[in-house]
Amino acid sequence: MLKTFRIGGVHPPENKLSAGKPIEMFSLPQEVVIPIAQHIGAPATVVVNKGDRVKVGTLIARSSGFVSSQVHASVSGTVSRIEPIRDGSGLKKMAVVIQRDGDEWEEGIDPTDTLVRHIDLTTEQMKERIADRGIVGLGGATFPTHVKLTVMPGNQATHLIVNAAECEPYLTCDDALMCLHPNEIIFGILWTMKIIGVDKALIGIENNKPQAIRTLRNAIEQEKEQIGSASICVVPLKMKYPQGGEKQLIDALIRKQVKPGQLPISEGAVVQNVSTLYAIYQALAKNRPIIDRVVTVTGKEIPEPKNFQVRIGTATRLLVEAVGGLPETSGKVISGGPMMGRTIVTLDAPITKGSSGVLVLPEKESRRNEMRECVRCGKCVSVCPMGLNPAFIMRSTLNKEWEAAEKLYAPDCIECGSCSFTCPSQRPLLDHIRVAKQTVMALARARKK
Amino acid sequence: MIMSPSPHIHSGDRIDKNMYGVLIALLPAFVVMLLQFGWDALRITLIATVASVLAEWLIVRFMLGRKSYILDGSALLTGVLLAFNLPSSLPWWLVVMGAVVAIGIGKMAFGGLGNNIFNPALVGRVFLLISYPAQMTTWSYSGGWIDALAVDASTSATPLGLMKAIIKGAPNASWDAMPSAWDLFLGLNNGSMGEISAIALLIGLAYLLIRRIISWHIPVSILGTVFIVGSLMHLIDPAIYPPATFHLLTGGVLLGSVFMATDYVTSPITARGQIVYGIAIGLLTVAIRLFGSYPEGMSFAILIMNAFTPLINTYFPTKHFGHAPKRKEVKA
Amino acid sequence: MILTTVIVLAIIALSSASLLFIISKKFEVREDERIAIIGEVLPQANCGGCGFPGCSAFASACARAQNLDNLYCPVGGAPVMEKVAGIMGFEVSVGDAKIAVVRCNGTCEARPKTSEYTGARNCRIAAGLYAGETDCSYGCLGFADCCVACSFDAIHMNPETGLPEVDEDKCTACGACVKACPKFIIELRKKGPKGKRIFVSCVNEDKGGVARKACSNACIGCSKCFKVCQFEAITMGTNLAYIDSTKCRLCRKCVAECPTGAIHEVHFPPRPVAQSQPQEATPESRS
Repeated sequence: MLKTFRIGGVHPPENKLSAGKPIEMFSLPQEVVIPIAQHIGAPATVVVNKGDRVKVGTLIARSSGFVSSQVHASVSGTVSRIEPIRDGSGLKKMAVVIQRDGDEWEEGIDPTDTLVRHIDLTTEQMKERIADRGIVGLGGATFPTHVKLTVMPGNQATHLIVNAAECEPYLTCDDALMCLHPNEIIFGILWTMKIIGVDKALIGIENNKPQAIRTLRNAIEQEKEQIGSASICVVPLKMKYPQGGEKQLIDALIRKQVKPGQLPISEGAVVQNVSTLYAIYQALAKNRPIIDRVVTVTGKEIPEPKNFQVRIGTATRLLVEAVGGLPETSGKVISGGPMMGRTIVTLDAPITKGSSGVLVLPEKESRRNEMRECVRCGKCVSVCPMGLNPAFIMRSTLNKEWEAAEKLYAPDCIECGSCSFTCPSQRPLLDHIRVAKQTVMALARARKK
Repeated sequence: MIMSPSPHIHSGDRIDKNMYGVLIALLPAFVVMLLQFGWDALRITLIATVASVLAEWLIVRFMLGRKSYILDGSALLTGVLLAFNLPSSLPWWLVVMGAVVAIGIGKMAFGGLGNNIFNPALVGRVFLLISYPAQMTTWSYSGGWIDALAVDASTSATPLGLMKAIIKGAPNASWDAMPSAWDLFLGLNNGSMGEISAIALLIGLAYLLIRRIISWHIPVSILGTVFIVGSLMHLIDPAIYPPATFHLLTGGVLLGSVFMATDYVTSPITARGQIVYGIAIGLLTVAIRLFGSYPEGMSFAILIMNAFTPLINTYFPTKHFGHAPKRKEVKA
Repeated sequence: MILTTVIVLAIIALSSASLLFIISKKFEVREDERIAIIGEVLPQANCGGCGFPGCSAFASACARAQNLDNLYCPVGGAPVMEKVAGIMGFEVSVGDAKIAVVRCNGTCEARPKTSEYTGARNCRIAAGLYAGETDCSYGCLGFADCCVACSFDAIHMNPETGLPEVDEDKCTACGACVKACPKFIIELRKKGPKGKRIFVSCVNEDKGGVARKACSNACIGCSKCFKVCQFEAITMGTNLAYIDSTKCRLCRKCVAECPTGAIHEVHFPPRPVAQSQPQEATPESRS
């Protein structure tokens, strides 16, 4: 019996069209647009000026607080503009634009792929390095990793939980990465375990990625000596969306449910995405900041969906062109997966640290069907992985009954979209729950003041 | 570019798919109906469905002036369920009246699908039962497509009617006249047209569960409660009170628990609430059957619990992830 | 028989009456009589425009208050506040009559759509997702949150322009639409003498070229209005002009200057066709 989380869940069609495709290096773009806020928290402060020469890995924006992150140049060249650009949402975001003129790397960064097994760093140094190299959660939430690895006093970590579930349909970037760099990931895990002081790590992978499970297990076998007395275990999971939700994954792997309003550390768990751990390896072993990431470019009407290793700041347009251009019939372009990704309004939007995929949906799948009355069938209730009542939360949003929404635990929503996905009346439940969530959280903050 | 908040894909589930799914699940029972009651069954079903659909269309079109969703199958389903709850000998004008009341008062008066408090088909049936008790309890039998009815048609009694007579101590009523459990299971007895065959209804239940149109909570909790309470009563006095299997196989218990109590709109939304609702329906049904003045209590039990559904939804919320710490606040 | 009935009924009636009397005495709530009196002069619209959750809450706040400085019923306006002040025996300080003004004139023609939104038809939800269906990331989204928020049926979407329009007779300046708009487009402005007022009907802070490309009616921040204004009523923000309604003397010079027609004038007599500068641009005296 394979493990999975205990409450709710849905089974969207997988459509992992690019599964098994190796990671292709994407050709370096002529121009990169690097937003200075690619993470959750305070935007970074720009430290370069127009006309400055930068190399790959040069710091271009400095972290402006604890919950913030560094931003580095992803190509070498000249800073041509520092101004607000339209990002995927059409809103203006400050960004540094660099014209590329070669591929010269900053000194001290090792651009090779040789496997490094030993590093001479203390835990504190490791944590500093992770913060300095601008590592953020690459699963999509882009929370600064050094914050997550700082265990607050009063808490004790017991498990490192590696999120390799990749439960979003279509996306295969983590799968491809695990198949290509299993040993590097194992060292990323090992060093992260040292930082948070645990000796158990569980890698949760959904069962639809047999090759990744195999290669990771082989890598653990190969690196037995290095792992020593610690335990790193690959746990295949029964497919169910949203397995990759932090709280769901903890429930699936160690059977503990994080209480509302608490962080995973309250149950002793630290959750990191597998590609973040790879980035941690790169930072510690090679001193490499996040200058690129793996992006799945996919869609039913894309002739050949692929996994690319792309420099941060590359325009989405170039990626779509590399797989044959936007089909005539396409309706939506989504950054991320179909369940939680965000539609983008312009193909000029740059790839950022959080972009796991570019998904092109055909027009006939892009429109929502007409909404009907809620028939209270309870299907949204039965699929909600947080055990909420989406239908009633939506009702309280429509009636602006924020107290009722609070009593229904609207802020606990993880925005996985299972409710809207499943509703037979095609009601936009999640759209309304988001409003309820934001309003209730704002009210709660106001009350505290 | 088309923009929308996530999620960007949908399961493809639709209201009409569920409604037609329920209609498909009713097919086995309909076949038994035709075999047992012949042309009467077809006649009443057709009249009830046509009247329901027409009533909904007219009301939506001319009284409310809204967009009509007449093809979503919900009016059709109400008509079919109403027909299944009627005796075969009912005159056509009563069927029409029942359908109009079901749709007009049971559903549209509350604002249409999704807003009604009571199960429309049951509103129609109970309206007829209370207003025209004689016609609604005349179980005359005019011959089916196969001539296999085990009960002597001239007695014109349903198994439940007989049970009531025994409980009340009627002189010439005895358990001997009762059809065997096997006959009840197959549907060789008299009663409202759709409820006679247990096996056909159970096939329907299996279909609904496999297609995930309904969850198991309501039917299982109703049937379980009826079984347990029925057994207890039988233990107390076997001479008067029938065994639990009798309760399960007769009357509207199966039809009600599979098709009527599970109506989306009028049943609770949470799993816990559904179980409470089911248990209460089971208790009320057995209580009405054994101690009430009507021989059958399923319709009343469901309607009574329909009224409690909003309350159940409030007091039996979902089980939150991580066991919500402040239950009291939820109730406030 | 009849006698019994009469006696029984009489006893029931008497006992009920005395019970009611006792209960009403025992549980009587003593409240300031002035609350009820103030309540009578209030409009009883319960709109919340005063900042209190309804007219009765406002009435009790008035009854408790030492002065009426921070208390104002936007619906009833000055006449009602005068009455309230009269009841309480206070001096009244009357504010200017205000009205909600929609500061976006990006009509469907002026602001072509470049994307299509298919989420829930709600401004707040759309604003949480992205900038809007047009290239202007500041303008009206057109999903009518303001109209839903209005308790007075005073703001409606115009299907031709795709923008909300305020019904001046019905608007009470309660501010519900101002709070509802996620783009902060609606502003409460001074209603002006005979309703005459001038305002910049745009909130786009993009550079001129970008703004103009997205919407032909946008304020491009050219500062022409700023230069022509003699009363320092116009301030330039980020590529955007703003007219201070308390300083504006309604001379209309800026309206003529604006190259994109982003500055709107309402309730003015039509301009003379002649090219000369309108001579009657009299700075009207304000009280």
